[in-house]
Amino acid sequence: MLHIDQLTLQLPYYRRWWQRDWATCFENISLTILPGEVHAIVGASGAGKSLLAYTILGLLPEGAKTNGQLFFQSEPLTPARQQRLRGRELALIPQSLNALDPLARSQRQVSWAALRAGQPKATAWQSAHQALTHYQLDEHAQRAFPHELSGGMARRVLTAMAHVSHANLIIADEPSVGLDPQQRDRVLMALKALADQGKAVILITHDLRHALPIADNVTIMRQGLCVETTTTAAFQGHGDALHSGYAKALWHALPDNAFTSPIIMNALEEPSVA
Amino acid sequence: MRVTQWLAFRLLRLGLVLLCVATLSFGLVMLSPIDPVDAYLGPQMAQVSPEQRAIIAHRWGFDTPPAAQFGHWLRQLLSGDLGWSHIYNRPVSEVIGERFYRSIALLGSAWLLSALVGFVLGVMAGAKEGSLLDRLISAYAYITASTPTFWLGILGLLLFSVYLGWTPVCCAGPTGTLSQDVSTLTRLHHLALPVATLTLLGIANITLHTRSRMVALMRSDIATHAFAQGASRFDVAWRQGLRHASLPALTLAFASLGELFGGSILIEQVFAYPGLGQATVEAGLRSDVPLLLGIALFTALFVSVGNLIADTLYRLVDPRIGQTSS
Repeated sequence: MLHIDQLTLQLPYYRRWWQRDWATCFENISLTILPGEVHAIVGASGAGKSLLAYTILGLLPEGAKTNGQLFFQSEPLTPARQQRLRGRELALIPQSLNALDPLARSQRQVSWAALRAGQPKATAWQSAHQALTHYQLDEHAQRAFPHELSGGMARRVLTAMAHVSHANLIIADEPSVGLDPQQRDRVLMALKALADQGKAVILITHDLRHALPIADNVTIMRQGLCVETTTTAAFQGHGDALHSGYAKALWHALPDNAFTSPIIMNALEEPSVA
Repeated sequence: MRVTQWLAFRLLRLGLVLLCVATLSFGLVMLSPIDPVDAYLGPQMAQVSPEQRAIIAHRWGFDTPPAAQFGHWLRQLLSGDLGWSHIYNRPVSEVIGERFYRSIALLGSAWLLSALVGFVLGVMAGAKEGSLLDRLISAYAYITASTPTFWLGILGLLLFSVYLGWTPVCCAGPTGTLSQDVSTLTRLHHLALPVATLTLLGIANITLHTRSRMVALMRSDIATHAFAQGASRFDVAWRQGLRHASLPALTLAFASLGELFGGSILIEQVFAYPGLGQATVEAGLRSDVPLLLGIALFTALFVSVGNLIADTLYRLVDPRIGQTSS
């Protein structure tokens, strides 16, 4: 469904006011994401995960320089096509709960997402209601303002906004941050359910442990580079199926495993931007 | 229930504010070098003997302690008697009423126009930061924000009244005509230039604040999320921006409601418009204490009511305000 080929992103910054320089955010990223698949992108803060999401959606700030190619459903994903498909074929579940408008009720916001996805006015309100009900948000929560919702409920409103667009590629940016185990599992299972409907889901997270149960494939990113892409099955036992040292170290560092963190060699010295 | 409680609380606070203003302005007048007997006598001061002055002072209660004088004044206030204005030789409430009626036409229309136009311009500028439209509107707003009112008024008079002759040079009606004989059209004709001047300048403040709120929204996670849903800038500005940007605009517009009453002193001087602003200057220059105190009190009342309205509207726009944890 989505094919990323040798993608590089550089953002400008000013060393002094006349001297412009380029910071490389990620380099030579190649990925293929299939329909029906949950693809986890795991990495520490500043690895370039969120920027990769914004690059796919075409939401980068002006002046950003990208190299490489994006293909969506076998056709090149140009800026014009990105603009056309945003909200219709490509959907984002944002990282921050601040993405909800504090001045509008949840059902109103989901209906906006439906309208923006091209649904007619007459049905948008109704499908917003259905989407929210689908994520177990009752009438009271549908009439509530974002500040009246718990973190988990707000997260489910955001998921409903992506769901109502009927997009085929859904990018979830750190959807489980700050949730208790029960709410987190609920949100992750909702993503898994979307993949089971035949949609492609990109799960951006730094929480390898909880991404594994729902992910089919895992890409490990580190400081803007793609360290390793592998199937979930490789994360087993002592991690012998993993190729890179960083992925192995990450696996060993989990509390369920050795719970150790060996010193990781060759720290890259490129500037990185979160 | 909660709303009535809140309203009662706010009204109580309004009463306290007015009491504070009354006390403070009374204290200031007591401390000022104005001698009320001198001010009352005016040029006949020299013809009155000290004994006669003492009789007047006794009759008016100036020989009692300040606290007793204040109490006396406050009781009169509560019974609705604001005193007698010696420069207009009429009750203060009548002078204020008539002047207010004139000022409200001038300042009310300027206030409404600048709030509406300023808000619309601010939203348009802030919707796309750095666009040509934004730069034009911002440049206009910065220039007018730093233009003195009276200077623009004088320029307007020179161009439109003296050079082009389109608008009258002064006053609220033609000189030498009785107030009741002036037609509505003539009144509007006299209003046009002062209102235009005030509006042109009043826009700037609201535009700049609305714009900065819009710019902040357009850079926020809320807008990025909306763009990810396929929304255009216009879509975000219309569905979400108007609501967000109306908060600072409401505060500013209603905070300046006090100016409606106090009158724009400078603009009324330049255009010789007989509004409250001019009355304030007269009262100050010619030591008309009752009129001065009356205007101070009513200005305070208007500012407080303006803030009260703004606070009430705020609660309607932003659900996070005024909600106690339930």
